[in-house]
Amino acid sequence: MPKVKAAIYWCSSCGGCDESIVDLGERILAIRELVDFVFWPCAMDPKTSDVEALADGELAVSLINGAIRTSEQEEMAKLLRRKSQLVVAFGSCACSGGIPALANLKSRKAIFDRAYLDSPTNVNPEGTVPVPHSLTADGYPMELPVFYDTVYELGDVIEVDYLLPGCPPNGDMVATALTAILEGNLPPKGSILLPDIALCQSCARNETKPDQLTIQEFKRLIHVQADPVQCFLNQGILCMGPATRDGCGTPCIQGNMPCTGCLGPVGSQDQGARMVSALGGIGEAVREEDVATLLDGIPDPAGTFYRYSMSSSFLGSHRKDVKP
Amino acid sequence: MARFEPNIVAFVCNWCSYGGADSAGGLKLSYPANVRLVRVMCSGRVDPEHVVKAFREGADGVMVMGCHPGDCHYRNGNHKALRRFRLFERMITQFGIDKRRFELEWVAAGEGKRFQDVTTSMTERVRELGPLEITGNVVEETTHA
Repeated sequence: MPKVKAAIYWCSSCGGCDESIVDLGERILAIRELVDFVFWPCAMDPKTSDVEALADGELAVSLINGAIRTSEQEEMAKLLRRKSQLVVAFGSCACSGGIPALANLKSRKAIFDRAYLDSPTNVNPEGTVPVPHSLTADGYPMELPVFYDTVYELGDVIEVDYLLPGCPPNGDMVATALTAILEGNLPPKGSILLPDIALCQSCARNETKPDQLTIQEFKRLIHVQADPVQCFLNQGILCMGPATRDGCGTPCIQGNMPCTGCLGPVGSQDQGARMVSALGGIGEAVREEDVATLLDGIPDPAGTFYRYSMSSSFLGSHRKDVKP
Repeated sequence: MARFEPNIVAFVCNWCSYGGADSAGGLKLSYPANVRLVRVMCSGRVDPEHVVKAFREGADGVMVMGCHPGDCHYRNGNHKALRRFRLFERMITQFGIDKRRFELEWVAAGEGKRFQDVTTSMTERVRELGPLEITGNVVEETTHA
């Protein structure tokens, strides 16, 4: 059987998703028997022209990780879309904005001011900030990608066939998804390649959860020694399990760390609203002042509840029915 | 220029606040036509997702109304709503949405006058704030707490 061609690309991401493919270890050898990776900037030295030289649809699959913040990322995503039969949004940033999309809570100007002007480690007396068109010192025109106002998920700029969230998707998730793709054993287009149930459902600590879960105060992990067996919420430690999709095998929980929500929302589009709903149901305070004290234990609700899903949330993304 | 007419969605509980609206009708007390009622069984049934969806679909203001604390038909649904929506208010502020666009109110079945008052003052307040725009990013850093 001839090998199929595939590409792996990164947009606004940390490289962790590429790392998780490398983490497949020996399993990647079996995949290499079937797949020829023709474009993978993290691991090889290919050029954009190599992709441009391919026929449209010549790539069987492109795994694209990272959110879309610059015009270059959008161009590359569109190029790979044209050359690929299947595009998988790989990792939380591509699926729903991920960590980079937390920047949607700040304006572009505030980000530039901080990064290039105000940061105490900067020395920039001339106030230079990146601009798309400029001249080099010797007078040649220089082009830089445009930095967009908003961080988009991949699905906002191209059609995405499948989504594999995770920060990063772990080896088992990647192996299962790649096998399904190579065997053509796939759910309907647009599906998330993970089960649609909440993390709590497969969490081993679920059994320690009392029938009536109540929280007196929210505790930060740095202030307490977390019990290794008990449900985190029952200890007053914020755990995103109730609002987060299952499928990771709960490695964080097993490492005695609460879920931070990287697989995105379950059964809904808006993870944050869902988490607010879950927490409101289990608090104990009933008087206004007690509720205020309780909620002071969550200093950054938007950043906590939408840590990985800002771009797909209702409020933290552009209205998708209205083109900017 | 014509006066701005805000869209306001009000989720009202079946047992108290819808009764409050009903009793406003019985007393022939009018309330602004800007307010669209959605009857639900309990304020504790209103998921914050319903509220963000209302904002997203064009509401300039959203109200959730339930029984007074202690009066919930299901014992503690309104307590859940209280905790949910106080947290929700803190969260939408981070998205640059003025929290005065959201209101949690307790209206009993007999309080027709109160129903009229809270819907009227909400409408006037949102009218002053102007249309809600969801930009998807915080255009200007907002400091209102």
